[in-house]
Amino acid sequence: MPPSFQTLATATVLLLLFTASAVSCASLPPEDGIRIVSAEKRIDLTGPIVKVYLTLKVENVAAASDASQVLLAFTPTEVQHLAIVKATRAEGKRKKKTYVPLAVEASDLATSAPNGANLYSVLLDAPLKPGETITLEVLYVLTHSLEPFPAEISQSESQLVYYRDSAVLLSPYHVLEQVTYIKMPSNRIESFTRVDPTSRAGTEVKYGTYSNQAPNSYLPILVHYENNRPFAVVEELVRKVEISHWGNVQITEHYKLRHGGARHKGVFSRLEFQSRPSISGASSFKNLLARLPPRVHSVYYRDEIGNISTSHLRIGSHKSELEIEPRYPLFGGWHCTFTIGYGLPLQDFLFESDDGRRFINLTFGCPLLDTVVDDLTIKVVLPEGSKNPQPIVPFATEKHLETSYSYLDVVGRTTVVLKKNNVVGEHNVPFQVYYEFNPIFMLAEPMMLTSAVLLFFVACIAYLHMDLSIGKSS
Amino acid sequence: MAEPEASSAAANGGGRLRNAFGGVLSAFTLLLIGVLAFSIRLFSVIKYESVIHEFDPYFNFRVTQFLSKNGIYEFWNWFDDRTWYPLGRVIGGTVYPGLTLTAGTIWWLLNSLNIPLSVETVCVFTAPIFSANASWATYLLTKEAKGTGAGLMAAAILAMVPSYISRSVAGSYDNEAVAIFALIFTFYLYVKTLNTGSLFYATLNALSYFYMVCSWGGYTFIINLIPMHVLLCIVTGRYSSRLYIAYAPLVILGTLLAALVPVVGFNAVMTSEHFASFLVFIILHVVALVYYIKGLLTPRLFKVAMTLVISVGLAVCFAVVAVLVALVASSPTKGWSGRSLSLLDPTYASKYIPIIASVSEHQPPTWPSYFMDINVLAFLIPAGIISCFLPLSDASSFMVLYLVTAVYFSGVMVRLMLVLAPAACILSGIALSEVFGVLTRSLKFQLSKLFDDSSSAVPASGDSSTERATNSTKSENGNEKSETAPKEKPSKKNRKKEKEMAESVPVKPNKKEKRLLVLPFELSIMGILLLIVLGGFYVVHCVWAAAEAYSAPSIVLTSRSRDGLHVFDDFREAYAWLSHNTDVDDKVASWWDYGYQTTAMANRTVIVDNNTWNNTHIATVGTAMSSPEKAAWEIFNSLDVKYVLVVFGGLVGYPSDDINKFLWMVRIGGGVFPHIKEPDYLRDGQYRVDAQATPTMLNCLMYKLCYYRFVETDGKGFDRVRGYEIGKKHFKLTHFEEVFTTHHWMVRIYKLKPQKNRVRGKLKKLKSGAKSSSTLAAGRKNPWQ
Repeated sequence: MPPSFQTLATATVLLLLFTASAVSCASLPPEDGIRIVSAEKRIDLTGPIVKVYLTLKVENVAAASDASQVLLAFTPTEVQHLAIVKATRAEGKRKKKTYVPLAVEASDLATSAPNGANLYSVLLDAPLKPGETITLEVLYVLTHSLEPFPAEISQSESQLVYYRDSAVLLSPYHVLEQVTYIKMPSNRIESFTRVDPTSRAGTEVKYGTYSNQAPNSYLPILVHYENNRPFAVVEELVRKVEISHWGNVQITEHYKLRHGGARHKGVFSRLEFQSRPSISGASSFKNLLARLPPRVHSVYYRDEIGNISTSHLRIGSHKSELEIEPRYPLFGGWHCTFTIGYGLPLQDFLFESDDGRRFINLTFGCPLLDTVVDDLTIKVVLPEGSKNPQPIVPFATEKHLETSYSYLDVVGRTTVVLKKNNVVGEHNVPFQVYYEFNPIFMLAEPMMLTSAVLLFFVACIAYLHMDLSIGKSS
Repeated sequence: MAEPEASSAAANGGGRLRNAFGGVLSAFTLLLIGVLAFSIRLFSVIKYESVIHEFDPYFNFRVTQFLSKNGIYEFWNWFDDRTWYPLGRVIGGTVYPGLTLTAGTIWWLLNSLNIPLSVETVCVFTAPIFSANASWATYLLTKEAKGTGAGLMAAAILAMVPSYISRSVAGSYDNEAVAIFALIFTFYLYVKTLNTGSLFYATLNALSYFYMVCSWGGYTFIINLIPMHVLLCIVTGRYSSRLYIAYAPLVILGTLLAALVPVVGFNAVMTSEHFASFLVFIILHVVALVYYIKGLLTPRLFKVAMTLVISVGLAVCFAVVAVLVALVASSPTKGWSGRSLSLLDPTYASKYIPIIASVSEHQPPTWPSYFMDINVLAFLIPAGIISCFLPLSDASSFMVLYLVTAVYFSGVMVRLMLVLAPAACILSGIALSEVFGVLTRSLKFQLSKLFDDSSSAVPASGDSSTERATNSTKSENGNEKSETAPKEKPSKKNRKKEKEMAESVPVKPNKKEKRLLVLPFELSIMGILLLIVLGGFYVVHCVWAAAEAYSAPSIVLTSRSRDGLHVFDDFREAYAWLSHNTDVDDKVASWWDYGYQTTAMANRTVIVDNNTWNNTHIATVGTAMSSPEKAAWEIFNSLDVKYVLVVFGGLVGYPSDDINKFLWMVRIGGGVFPHIKEPDYLRDGQYRVDAQATPTMLNCLMYKLCYYRFVETDGKGFDRVRGYEIGKKHFKLTHFEEVFTTHHWMVRIYKLKPQKNRVRGKLKKLKSGAKSSSTLAAGRKNPWQ
């Protein structure tokens, strides 16, 4: 390790003292000799969800050993709100750039990182030989990381939020050169921490360039800015997918929605909301957009007390868009619940695999755009008589099996239940459920109905031919 | 009876085939009538949505939800603390559980078959299903009186009578939906018992009566109508053992069963509504005894015994009657409930109970509403009555009696038009079927005469002579019942025989007059055409009524404009807002009309609801609404109210809003709290809210909550319902604050402001203190630390 470590640490210690998450210098970084040559951190604060794009140029400076992984560090708060981390390896020059996706997993080296910082490791597809450099592009998404301040606003005020992060990149490695950009939705930036060199241009704040940062350095910054984008938070989403081999996939989605921004305070005046829509209730939202698969049919949108008549459906060849309006505009802290249901043609989603099993190919996540789902449950109800279900999801989820009963079921339908917390748009990727199914089961229910009707007629005939009277008819 | 039987036997072996064909045909016709009855009520689902309608159905729906979730025992013991705050309401003991139990059972059955229908869906479709049942019951009842043809006709008419549709469209989940079926079915079983004298049917009758008691307070109509009919039979000398069997078990079993229903309980023997049945029960026994003794004794001895019995019997009767009268007179309402009393004395409610009078369905109907609700039936009824008298049987006399009483009751309350509808349908069915019978018979006769003239090869069904043709058709007509009977129950031959014996009595006079009842050919063709046109008008009217007049769910309003359909979904918007954005235990005050909906849709506690059992409580809310802001705030605050909900139609022109109902609030409030005086709200006897309105009116809470900041919408404050500018345009609210107003301003919700601090002298200090503490709080929240 570089000998300058101790001196740099003493230089930064004054700054670190102010933060709760300040690092201690006692622990040592992983001994794999990786150094970050240059790092660029772009923080996108325009929406309700924080998206951070990291471009890391990583060099292996170790003498002999190959590096098979690159570690990323997150503070405990970040880890709590971390929805997804994606990494790709960039290859080639500007125009001919290609990206190779890399696997990311939570590292068990957490003990070695200071102050409870959590490490995620990016597993390289080919080991990084000594002296080589690669460029990594990392995207991570943080939810619930914008704290409204003031926490309560009235109808006419616009919503201001805090965002907390570090000016320098928190990394277990030595960082030679680093710059951070923060992009905000509007020009209205109330304040931001200055860590020189810091500059502001329009809606963007630039921190850096900082050079030669020690491992685990952290310079807390705070940005206070206006963000009136809809803070739509789905507290609970239950998606139920019912597969019928008669040709339909029925999807029912139960939403519990909340406006996650600054709480609404005091009066709600419809008059002002209607007559001055631009300044009144700027942070509230009236509609949401759901992206549904193409060829969707029988769409409905309702809640527990009946249809909600304010929705528009546009069916396209690549995607369908459902624009829904809740019953009332949602202000900060207001809740609403609703249900969306739709049918899809079976042939678009059900396939037969090579080994004779069937699999259904569905999209994970939530069809509503720009929303965070705190608690997502997907129930895939397989047809009655299916066996050995096996879900394949590209990320970790909680899985278990249930039995549910629907129209005239006798043995019940096998239901695969998948649960995941903190789901964002980046989770909308396909997943599969494999299962075995014998088509003879399709006939079970029609046969049952037929025999019931037959029995009824037989009973009628029998009754008509019997004399049940006690006395003898004379 | 011998001759027609011989003739029909002689007709051919094909007669049986024809019978079977007729049976299958009528079965299919009945099935189609059922489908018609069901599907004509689906306009509301197709035009609007599958949703529970109006006010009371929401309560029933909520009860059904509770039942399906918690089971029957929890249901009987349910004390509802979400309504009538702080009093609450014992639901299990105060509802007629028939409807709820019916829908709950259907739901349970479907779910045990793994058919996952929601409680709401079951509730929505209960009424159409039961109207199909009701039309089948009408068929049975009319068949008992006048044969299959009349039965089918009556069933078809009932399937689409607007009066019944108005109460049983899909979503109108109210007691009447099942009660009309129960009513007709009970009448059918009574008439059936009367015709057969079978104890089996008598028992069924009692059970059906029990179901009716479970379903609707209108069961008192049955328990008064049947005794009246029994009395009529006795007076007209039609006493028979069949009458005894039809009546006595009904009173005993029926009363015992009725007392099992918690809401009725001891009322089944204590209140005056049931008094007539017991009186007739006694009379029936006396008459039965007299007949019995008459059979035992010789005529001379009988006369002696008669005088003895009459003198003793009269004495006993007087004693009993005197005791009863004394008992009844000792209670203030003479043992009658308010609603029943207003039936007997139509002016009673408006004099003493404004709350009953304030409900529009308790008002007497206007003439157009008769035309609207029963349409051409009103003209057919007299013909039906006439045909009931030719010949008069026990059954047909019952129909006439039913009609006459129902006409009276419908004249008192619009709501009871519903009871008139089945009677009107039955009698019109009878009339139409008789007219068709006469016309087709003469047509047949004329046709066969025509054919006889041209060629003699045609007579197919063995009508060689015209005389016989009319005879056979006539006897066929009279015998329809006995002809169809074998198909339904071949095993019960002995019973059927009895029935035939019984029926031969009324049929006889028909056969005695064997003169020709033949109309000219052209006339009968014309007559049939006219009747078909009349029927066509009726059908068109019914479909129009079902589609346009009666299918609006009233919680969703629509209006058609040039740019398409516009939906006003404000009520649900407000209820959804309440349910998601207020605390679970918050109390919402509104006028009682919206109580059921608030508890069912918003799941919030209300002060008063549509049950209206406590006049004082309603008067309290009425008083608050008619008081100035401060006084109103005090009343509401004492009731723990947090939100006040008002319905305001002035912006979009929705006429049944709270301003138009406001006079009732004043009246009901003033009835209990005399400081609210109706004249204070009227200018020269006129109710108005424009510039000439009285200051009391312009300062009352209702006015303020409805028109708060209304002037800022158009600058003038033009009220589209009243059609003028409002009186007081700019004012501030001191004790309430607006928390929600729906998209079209139809529902406005206000929150009571918290109580002000009373320590005046320390106000400044407190303020500064508050300031410092707020800065402290801000300091604590300082992000820089």
